[in-house]
Amino acid sequence: MSESPGGTPPVQPFGQPQDQLPDPSESFGQRLALAQRAGGLVAPLLTVLIAFVMGGLVVLVTTGKNPIKTYQAIFEGAGLNWFFQIPWDFDSIAAFNLQQTLIQTTTLILVGLAVAFAFRCGLFNIGGQGQYLAGAILAVWIGSSFEGMNPYAHVILVLVIGTATGALIAGIAGFLKATVGAHEVISTIMLNWVVLWVGVYLFGLGGPLQNDTQESVPVSNDVVEGAKLHVFWGDPLLQGLHVGIFIALGALVVYYLILNRTTLGYGVKAVGFNPEAARYGGISVARNYFLAMAISGAFAGLAGAIDILGWQFRLSTGDVQTSVIGFTGIAVALLGRNTAVGTGLAALLFGALLTGTSTRNLDPDVFQPELASNLTLLIQGLVVLFVGVDIFVLWLLGRVRRRRTATA
Amino acid sequence: MPERSLVLEMRHITKRFPGIVANDDIGFDLVEGEVHALLGENGAGKSTLMNILYGLYHPDEGEILIRGKQVRLGSPSAAIDAGVGMVHQHFMLIPVMTVAENIVLAQEPTTAGVLLDIAEAERRVKEISDRYGLAVDPRARIDQITVGQQQRVEILKALYREADILVLDEPTAVLTPQEAKELFEVVRGLTERGKSIIFISHKLNEVLEIADRITVLRRGKLIETLPAQGATEESLARLMVGREVLLRVAKTPSHPAEPLLEVEDLRVVDDRGIEKVRGVSFSVRAGEIVGIAGVDGNGQTELIDAMTGLHPVESGTVRVGNRNVTHDSAHGHLDAGLGHIPEDRQRRGLVLEYTIAENLALHDYRSPPASRYGWLFPRRLIERARSLIRAFDVRGGGAGTRAGALSGGNQQKVVLAREIERDPKVLIAAQPTRGLDVGAIEFVHRRLIEERDEGRAILLVSLELDEVLSLSDRILVIYEGEIVSEFPPTASEEELGIAMTGGRRSGVAA
Repeated sequence: MSESPGGTPPVQPFGQPQDQLPDPSESFGQRLALAQRAGGLVAPLLTVLIAFVMGGLVVLVTTGKNPIKTYQAIFEGAGLNWFFQIPWDFDSIAAFNLQQTLIQTTTLILVGLAVAFAFRCGLFNIGGQGQYLAGAILAVWIGSSFEGMNPYAHVILVLVIGTATGALIAGIAGFLKATVGAHEVISTIMLNWVVLWVGVYLFGLGGPLQNDTQESVPVSNDVVEGAKLHVFWGDPLLQGLHVGIFIALGALVVYYLILNRTTLGYGVKAVGFNPEAARYGGISVARNYFLAMAISGAFAGLAGAIDILGWQFRLSTGDVQTSVIGFTGIAVALLGRNTAVGTGLAALLFGALLTGTSTRNLDPDVFQPELASNLTLLIQGLVVLFVGVDIFVLWLLGRVRRRRTATA
Repeated sequence: MPERSLVLEMRHITKRFPGIVANDDIGFDLVEGEVHALLGENGAGKSTLMNILYGLYHPDEGEILIRGKQVRLGSPSAAIDAGVGMVHQHFMLIPVMTVAENIVLAQEPTTAGVLLDIAEAERRVKEISDRYGLAVDPRARIDQITVGQQQRVEILKALYREADILVLDEPTAVLTPQEAKELFEVVRGLTERGKSIIFISHKLNEVLEIADRITVLRRGKLIETLPAQGATEESLARLMVGREVLLRVAKTPSHPAEPLLEVEDLRVVDDRGIEKVRGVSFSVRAGEIVGIAGVDGNGQTELIDAMTGLHPVESGTVRVGNRNVTHDSAHGHLDAGLGHIPEDRQRRGLVLEYTIAENLALHDYRSPPASRYGWLFPRRLIERARSLIRAFDVRGGGAGTRAGALSGGNQQKVVLAREIERDPKVLIAAQPTRGLDVGAIEFVHRRLIEERDEGRAILLVSLELDEVLSLSDRILVIYEGEIVSEFPPTASEEELGIAMTGGRRSGVAA
């Protein structure tokens, strides 16, 4: 509740009563739509800008190094300079770096969609990490079994099972939400830990999925050669870019189509926007909560499976405990405003940041290695923090416009 | 009154928004001690004009004089300093704080310069409330007093800041009839003590009752300023809408046929376990409108929710056509031929973020032609929406316009279009004209009569007695979850009022 005791007014630049314009729908509505479209582009860009500026300040204050140089180093470390080195050399260092960026982008697109899809149904899926791990665990298991199986069938089998596992884990949270109203934030966080410790048990010493030959190492068996995803750019032995990126891009299209061209998406969005109106319209809110969570988890589970078949090939108890990629998906979805295109672009940004700041790419003259990966986390945190910035920006735009009319 | 001075003059006020002139050369003045009503349909420019007065907008052209001196109201604080007080339709109070704390907020009396002197605050509030006859307990917490009392707190807040000009924005919209009467007493008391009031409303009877002069705006233009004396509801409605308006719909006698909606001994228990509908039985026949009158909170909402499958039925039966739908889902009710215009179109009737086309498909997006095998055909939704927009005269947007961007009247037309297009046997209309302006009310009323004459069974549940009386062929009165009496449409408001407050049953006139 806002209070206006002679001080600032309750400013609602775009939420005024409809009374204010003679023909509210034609003018007001269009203005609103325009503002939202503009805000939909301006606000995320501004969010990124502010996050980068503040990150730069931290670099400046803590290390005394030039932040511009640091960002340039990150840019090059991410291989984004490759695009400007014409003619394109497909085997350069920059090309290698870009491959790493795109490998990260692949994962981030999928875990980002996992968060975004739930958001569209009004749910906050914080369990992307657990769903991702569950997909990865099953992928390692199936991928390291069935040696000699038809490679295509093997890959498809792993991807399907990984996807289904993610859907199952998230579906538990969705089912609890739909039936007893258990809040998905709580249940997905709890499930993250369940999956994590199951993973530690499975790959730990003496665990059922621990390596058959190295009895003292808490790691899984390797994925068999036939189940690995094809590397189409770069050296397969040097972690080149695998075809998973096309699956991720396809997932973006699927996401868009589900939401905008199917009855499923209509129901999910209706429940997300206004569950009461959906119920009145004859749409089952509970069913959509369950479906939205399950689909959400499917994206994350697919991400886990693709990482295993694409470049990771094995999981150790350490991997299981230190991975945080699923949480980065939250920042990706928030920055991407839960749209397909936005999620793709935000995934690329974070993919580049993760790769560009990974210490091996940076010169200690420009940047202290300790700060390197933390800068990504910092920017990620700031993005989440500034998600409310669109409201702020719209408010600011409204003020500027009023001031302009005042002086006119 | 001629010897009294002008406290406010707004001259040639023009305010443009992109693509629209919200206020076009408007002149408005206020005489000391008068109530000047500002009347107009939604979107006529009333709020723009008042936001200019309150310093929220700056006029593109024109000037404002307060007590003959030209002022520049650059912000609400400047307006408050100039003696303008505003009581918004939605209150701006802090619920967990007391009345006195809310009133003195930002202008607190202090001891030693820093500490809030609560005793002094309460004393001052008491003094002002005594002077103007606005009884409230300064120590009560806002969330523990009624809406009517909260409104008094808002008025006191303005008075505490020494406002001479009080703007009341749709003040009766949130009040019960009794509270509205009390508000009018307060307003009269204020004017007797020299305060001047601008009263914004679109309710004609209220304006005629309280105002000394009336200014009518339409589409951003000043239509006329006239004395309330001699004006009639009809003449005001014509000025507002720009054409003749039927305030009472013309209708022919009904020719009821077979019963289409049958409710038998219905009992409904709310979420807290309290029995809200207690053994209700009635039927609505094809070709008649049955009105349910009652004071808010006597089980109407629970009755509607139970009849439409949105709330479980404890016992009893509901039949639509010949089908028993008592325990069916909301979707089952729709399939049986029930249409439902919900009480709250923004919370329930529409998904405001969806377009008109998407909203029109809310009930049937799962079946052809809207979709097939789960695949949606947006173009078909848009085509259908275009023809319905034309048929129901939805203005201010096309098929792709967000429902939230429409005015209340046009939103309601979208709901009507959707419910009627499905060709329901039974149409339940809950508060179908709540918050709508005269023109839109006329449209909804006419349409309901037309649908009656088409042979639908219509159940009208409304808190507006006028509405129930003018539309219904039979009137049922609900009181504490029971139907206590039935009246013909010729009954008087007094008779109904007594029954609505339990008079008929207990045998004591209320």
